[in-house]
Amino acid sequence: MTTTEKPDYKVIGTRPIRPDGVEKVTGKALYGADIHLPDLVQGAVLRSPHAHARILSIDTSAAEAMSGVLAVVTHSDLPVVADKVLDMGEGASTASDMSKNVLAADKALYRGHAIAGVAATNVHDALTAIEAIKVEYEVLPPVLNVQDAMRDDAPLLDESRHTRNPDGEESDNASNVAAHNRFEGGDVDAAYAEADVVVEREFDTKMVHQGYIEPHNGTANWNSDGTLTVWTSTQGAFAVRGALAELLQLPVSRIRVIPMEIGGGFGGKIGVYLEPVAALLSRKCGRPVQLTMDRTDVFQATGPTSGGHMKGKIAVKDGKITAAEVSLAFEAGAFPGSPVMAGAMCMLSPYEVENFKVDAYDVVVNKPKVAAYRAPGAPNASFCVEQLIDELARETGVDPLQFRLDNSAHEGTRMITGVAHPRIGQEETVQAAQASDHYNSPIEGPNRGRGVAGGFWFNAGMQSSVVASVNPDGTVNLIEGSTDIGGTRASLAMQLAETLGIEYDSVRPTVVDTDSVGHNDVTGGSRTAYASGQAVYEAGLDIQQQMVARAAQLWECEAEDIEYVDGALRHTSDSEKTMTFAELAGKQMETGGPLQGRGSVVARSPGAAFGVHVVDVEVDPDTGKVDILRYTIAQDVGTAVHPAYVEGQMQGGVVQGIGWALNEEYYYGEDGRMENASFLDYRMPTSLDLPMIDTIIVEVPNPGHPYGVRGVGEVPIVPPLAAIANAVHDATGHRFTELPISPRRVVEELHNLQ
Amino acid sequence: MKEIDYLAPSSLGEAYAALQNGKTSAFLAGGTDIIVQLREGRKEVDQLIDVKHIPELMSYGWTDDGGLVIGASVPFAEIYEDDEIVRRLPCVIDCATLVGGIQIQSRACFGGNIGNSGPAADTVPALIALGATLTLGSAGGTRELALEDFFTGPGQNVLEPGELIITINIPPQPANSGAFFHRFIPRNEMDIAVVNVGARVDLDATGERIEGARISVGAVAPVPLFVAEAGDALVGETPTEDSFGRAADIAAAAATPITDMRGSIAQRVHLTRVLTYRALDRALERAREA
Repeated sequence: MTTTEKPDYKVIGTRPIRPDGVEKVTGKALYGADIHLPDLVQGAVLRSPHAHARILSIDTSAAEAMSGVLAVVTHSDLPVVADKVLDMGEGASTASDMSKNVLAADKALYRGHAIAGVAATNVHDALTAIEAIKVEYEVLPPVLNVQDAMRDDAPLLDESRHTRNPDGEESDNASNVAAHNRFEGGDVDAAYAEADVVVEREFDTKMVHQGYIEPHNGTANWNSDGTLTVWTSTQGAFAVRGALAELLQLPVSRIRVIPMEIGGGFGGKIGVYLEPVAALLSRKCGRPVQLTMDRTDVFQATGPTSGGHMKGKIAVKDGKITAAEVSLAFEAGAFPGSPVMAGAMCMLSPYEVENFKVDAYDVVVNKPKVAAYRAPGAPNASFCVEQLIDELARETGVDPLQFRLDNSAHEGTRMITGVAHPRIGQEETVQAAQASDHYNSPIEGPNRGRGVAGGFWFNAGMQSSVVASVNPDGTVNLIEGSTDIGGTRASLAMQLAETLGIEYDSVRPTVVDTDSVGHNDVTGGSRTAYASGQAVYEAGLDIQQQMVARAAQLWECEAEDIEYVDGALRHTSDSEKTMTFAELAGKQMETGGPLQGRGSVVARSPGAAFGVHVVDVEVDPDTGKVDILRYTIAQDVGTAVHPAYVEGQMQGGVVQGIGWALNEEYYYGEDGRMENASFLDYRMPTSLDLPMIDTIIVEVPNPGHPYGVRGVGEVPIVPPLAAIANAVHDATGHRFTELPISPRRVVEELHNLQ
Repeated sequence: MKEIDYLAPSSLGEAYAALQNGKTSAFLAGGTDIIVQLREGRKEVDQLIDVKHIPELMSYGWTDDGGLVIGASVPFAEIYEDDEIVRRLPCVIDCATLVGGIQIQSRACFGGNIGNSGPAADTVPALIALGATLTLGSAGGTRELALEDFFTGPGQNVLEPGELIITINIPPQPANSGAFFHRFIPRNEMDIAVVNVGARVDLDATGERIEGARISVGAVAPVPLFVAEAGDALVGETPTEDSFGRAADIAAAAATPITDMRGSIAQRVHLTRVLTYRALDRALERAREA
C-alpha cells in the first residue's frame, strides 16, 4: 500500500540477492570465532557464583603457577577510569560502570559477573586454571525485582548511589533507584473528573534476552608497538573502539577494531564484555588471545532487556483519550541505564494525549546490566498502555482499531517530550490494518480471540560515512562501516545503484574496519538503511558531479551543459554527446585519475516508525497453551528499499514479540541464579510455534531522506506483547497483566489454581 | 573437561570386562544426554563405553508369542520406520517420534532414555503402559525386571556396578487393547515434558467393558510413576467420561511434583488429570480400532 505517488525507482523496491548470501549459505563467511592467528591462545573467564557478594580477596597465584597458563587478569589490571558517560549508540553507561562490569571490582553484582580472565595454551588448561583462582566472598542478599529494590530497607547494590530526582537534585538517602524522571503536561486530575471511562491497572514483565544465535567472542592482539587489534562480533566497530579507548586508556588511533560477520545482535552486541579482557591478557602474555562465551555465559553475563513494574491510568471522554498517567519502573541490572526513558517517550506517541503525567524509574537489581534490545523499553511500556486502550475501546463500545484511529497522532501532534511529529504514517497504518483481509475475516470457534495493538519507535540518525570507488569496468566498490545485520549491504548497494543509475550487481559493498573508513555509529536504532543510505546517496551525488566535470573536460563544454540521467551523461543541447557511466569509468586515467565519491552525514531526520498488529489466538483451556492462529502486521516503512528484507524485519520483530509474550523469561531462584540459562528452558518460539506472518507494507515517505526511507527494524517488536494479551483476553475473558502469558500462568488463572 | 577414555566393546563379554577395569564409566549410546552432561560438568567419569557395537543391543525383533524385544541401543528412527511396529504398537511410535528432532532420533535410543533415568523421560510412561520389562546383564548373568521398578530417583536406577541394559521387552498386548502416550510442553517442539502420560485400555470381547488399564505419569515425581490404582479403578467399568475422570483424579492424586522453571506444582497436578483423561480417551479409540 503506497499512500503517495512513488517516484519511478529502478532498483529501490526490487528484491535482489544479498551480496553476503552465498558465503553464508556455503559456510564460508568468517565469524569472530573463526579467526585463527599465528600463536593464538585461548582464554577463559571466572564468573561469580553469587548474585550479590563483596569480593574480599582474589588469589591468582595457584592459577598463574599452573602449566600452560600464560596470563591471569582481574579488575586491578584495568586502569582507573573517570565517571565519563559513554554513549554507545543505543544506551549509555559510564566508563567506570562499564569497567566494573567487564571485570568486577569490589563487588560481584550478578551471578555470572566476570571476576578474572585466564589465557592458556589451550582452552582446557584455561578452564582448569580458573578453578584454581581463590576468591573470598562475603555473600549478600540479592535484590531481584524493582519492587523489592525500591523498598527503603532493600539491600543496596552501591551504598554511594543516590536517586537523581526530576528536579535534578540527588536524594538524601542511598537508593537502588538511580534516576526518577517525569514528563508532565496539562491537568490529568481535571480530565479524570470529567471522563466517561477511566481504566487503571498494574503490569509486570520479566527480563528477556535477544537470543541471537552467535555467542559473544573477542580476539585481541596487543602488538609490541603498543597498538591493539581486536576482532569481534559487534553491531558497532567504532563503538567498541571508543569503549576500549576509555577502558584501557588508549588513544583511539592505537586501536583497530575489525568487525567480523555477526550472528545476530538485536541491540545486545553494542557493549563490550570479552574484548577488554582479551586485550589485557594479550598485553600480559604477548600473544593474541581469543575468548568466547557459551550460551549460559550469554544469558547470565551479557545484556538482556529489562523486566519491570508498571502502573497505568487512562481516561476517555467522547471517544477521545483525555488523560494518561503512567508510572514505569524498569530493571537496569547491576548498573544504571535501563531503557525506561525510551519506553516512557514511546508508549503514548501513536496518540493525541493532552493531559499526561509519566514517571520513569531506573532501578538497579542483581541481574546482568541490560543492553539494548530492539526498540528498547517500548514493548514493555506498550504492553501496559495498549492493554488499557483495548479496555477503553471495549468499555466505550468502539472497534479497537477505530478507537486508535480516532485518537491517532498526526503531523504536528506533540509527543510527551513536547516535540511535534513531522509527517508520520500512524493513521495510514491503522487504516491499512482496518482494510486487511485478516481484520475483515470473522474469528470463529470456541476459545479463540482476536487482539490488536499499535506501537511507535523513534528511529535514530547519527553518523555514517562511506567511500565509493569507481572501477574501470563500470562497477563500484562501496566501502562502508555499518555492521550488516539485516541486509544493509544489499539495501545500501541498492541506494547507490539507484543514485548512480546503474545495476545493483555493479555495486560491490564491503564492511571494513575502523582504520579503513570514517566514523560510523552502530547498526542500531533502525538507522543503517536510513542514515548510511543517506551517506551512500551523497557519495553517489559526489561521483555524479565529478563525472559531469570530467565529461565537460572531454567534450570541452561547460558543466552546466551536461546532465546525469539514468546512469548516463548527456549534453543538454548536443544529442551526439552521450556517454554511459561505464564508458566514463573506463576513461578515469585520462580524465584526472581514480574516481572516488564520499558521503559523510550526521543524519537528523530519521522519521518515526509506526506499526499496527492484528493477531488471532486459540487458548486450550485445559492446558493453558496459546496458539497463534493468524498474525498480520501493518507498518509504515517510508520506502521499502528491499521489500523482502523489510518483510523479514517485520516478521522477525513479531516472532521475538511472540516469544516475549508467551514463554520467554529469566526464571530466577531465590538465590539469584537464572535457572533456565539454556535454549532448552529459555523458550524462544520455533518455526513450529508460528503461523506465516502476513505483512502489509505502508509507505509514507520520510521527508528527511532522499528516497523516503524510514527505519524498519525495531518497531515490529513493540505491539506483539499487548496484541497477544488483548487476543487472549478476547478468547478467555481474562486479562493477563503479567508476562509471559505462559501455559502455567494461563492454566493457573483459568482454573484458579494455587 | 578432562580427558576421557573411549572404549567400544564388540560383545557383551568385552563390555562386562570394561565395566570391571576399576574406572568410573558412563555408557555412550546415542550420546544425546551424556555428551551434554560431561561437557557441562554435570557428570564426571574416567571412561565412556560405546554400546553401539554390541549385537544384542543393536537388534530388535518379535517373539513367537507376539512380544517385541528391542535392543537397548537401537535408534528410535529404526523403530518408527518399521511398518509392523507402527501398525501393531502405535504407542511405541508415539514416544519414539517425540524424543528429540530427526537428527537426534537417528542416534538416540530407548536404552539411553531409560538409563539416563530422568523423571520426565518421554519413552518411559509409554513403555510402562505397555507393561514393558528390562533385561539387565552383567558378568554374573542376566535378570529381568518391570520397567517401573527400575528407577530410584532423578538420574538414579537399580543398575549395579558392572551391569547394563541389554533389551527392552514389550510383552504381547491383550486383544481389544489400545495404548496412547503424549506429553505437554509449552512449545510445539524442543522441550522437556511438563507432564507426560502413557495409558492402556483393555476392553472385553464385546468392547463395552474395561478388563484392565495401565496408567503411567512422568515429570510429577522423582521417578516416572506407574499408578496401578488408577488403572485398577477402571476394571469392570464402562469407558465413560465419569470413569475416565475418576481414574484421572486418582492419577493426579498420586502426583507429587515440584515447582521449577518447567512448571508449578498446581499446574502439574492439574495437567496430570487433563493428560490422563485425554490419554485414556485416545487409548480407547485405539482399542476400538484394534
